[in-house]
Amino acid sequence: MSRQAPAVLDAGQRHPVRFTLNGRKAGGEAEPRMLLHDFLRHVLGATGTHVGCEHGICGACTVQIDGAPARACLTLAVQADGAEIRTVEGLALAPDRLSALQEAFRAHHGLQCGFCTPGILMSLDALLRERPDCGEAEIRETLSGHLCRCTGYTPIVKAALAAAEALRVPHHA
Amino acid sequence: MKPARFAYQRAATTEHVLEALHRSGGEARVIAGGQSLVPMLNMRLARPALLVDIMHVAALSHVDDDGARLTIGAGVRQRDLEMRHDTAARQPLLAMALPWLGHVQTRSRGTVCGSIAHADPSAELPLVLTALRGEVHLRSRRRARRLPAEAFFTGMMVTARAEDELIEAVSVPAVRPGTGYAFREISRRHGDFAIAAFAAVADEKELRLAIGGVAETPKARVLPTDQGLDDALDTFAWNLEARDDLHASARYRRELVRRIGREVVLAAIRDREARALKEAT
Ligand SMILES: Cc1cc2nc3c(=O)[nH]c(=O)nc-3n(C[C@@H](O)[C@H](O)[C@H](O)COP(=O)(O)OP(=O)(O)OC[C@H]3O[C@@H](n4cnc5c(N)ncnc54)[C@H](O)[C@@H]3O)c2cc1C
Ligand code: FES
Ligand code: FES
Repeated sequence: MSRQAPAVLDAGQRHPVRFTLNGRKAGGEAEPRMLLHDFLRHVLGATGTHVGCEHGICGACTVQIDGAPARACLTLAVQADGAEIRTVEGLALAPDRLSALQEAFRAHHGLQCGFCTPGILMSLDALLRERPDCGEAEIRETLSGHLCRCTGYTPIVKAALAAAEALRVPHHA
Repeated sequence: MKPARFAYQRAATTEHVLEALHRSGGEARVIAGGQSLVPMLNMRLARPALLVDIMHVAALSHVDDDGARLTIGAGVRQRDLEMRHDTAARQPLLAMALPWLGHVQTRSRGTVCGSIAHADPSAELPLVLTALRGEVHLRSRRRARRLPAEAFFTGMMVTARAEDELIEAVSVPAVRPGTGYAFREISRRHGDFAIAAFAAVADEKELRLAIGGVAETPKARVLPTDQGLDDALDTFAWNLEARDDLHASARYRRELVRRIGREVVLAAIRDREARALKEAT
């Protein structure tokens, strides 16, 4: 453990921030006050992560930080230095191959305008990894951290259940 | 909504944190999970000059269990405590309350001690700490001290913590034989802040009920187990001085205290009996 006090990152100055984004090294500069979603969108050009309320309520900005779903709008870019970040850009298996979860959203009309979708996908992706055998109750509890103004949630729940099923029986469909 | 400017320091040791808080003369603030602080920064309700990040201080990231007490360090995230294999066995009330605290997407970052520091009147963990007669472990360069929950929470989002003090940990008694626990929350939707929340502890000596979301801080009372229960709950309901707000009327909240309060103490007594049976076998 270092005896010397760690550096203070001055306000109003930009500082290097580096982390892993979807398995690849990424980096740029940010003032301490820059929020993670602005860093992703404006510094790294990763605009898949959406921004709604900027105070933690809507869930649009949800990304995975070290494997767990979290609000990018409640995380400073400098806090994410050294972390592993996953965003919606990291879900598809290839540019022309959607993940099982994305495919289920398409098939079950889990999105209309798509504003809430990246955040919801990141939460559900984490849930399905952690609990492949999850049921409707757990899916709904996870969705309680997201607002969708279009779908009424029912198609989202259906899509998530279908994805869970597809992941349990990989060669079924 | 973007925060105003501030400097940022990632502390590596507790001493770094205490030094920064000591030197700043109230201009520095701890950032833990950021789930209450960052919304306030974004809305510019808070404008600190320096944020001291405590989440990389290894010494703060433990849960210690000495058999009699669980001590939860300032770096322990809510989700980590919820997912720990033995939380339900070691202190059932914590395990009952944690799933109600926001959403999985906020618990993944938010800390146990951060919720105590924030001291929202509707928050679940201050309620649990009060119900269990837990303690807040404070440390500054000047001194270290421990305050019982009821002395720590002094008002709505106001605590006895001095500006240069870090909450190093909070501690609660571990599960005790012959003790039952119950928790219940009334809110519009799961994950919303509570309109009223209830935590009860029943052992051979007393029946203790704590209520959050009604008064400015969580409040606890020892209640009689005989016919006097309904009268005692009614007095408790009036003493909480509930107010009307957007979410519910004062009258509705008093009625919750009488009815749900009763259900929760009875649930704690049943839990005690169930545990006694288990202990016997
Ligand atoms: C959408 C949403 C829903 C929520 N719902 C609920 C809910 O239902 N119930 C609930 O209780 N909470 C809820 N919260 C708030 C909860 O998520 C926070 O985690 C918690 O209140 C604060 O913990 P934190 O670690 O995030 O602290 P931070 O936000 O980092 O800090 C909060 C305050 O405490 C101070 N602080 C933090 N740690 C320490 C310490 N160790 N010593 C001294 N000071 C410290 C900070 O300086 C700051 O003033 C919700 C938040 C969001 C965004
Ligand atoms: S933009 Fe982050 S939760 Fe709404
Ligand atoms: S699809 Fe439009 S907000 Fe959810």
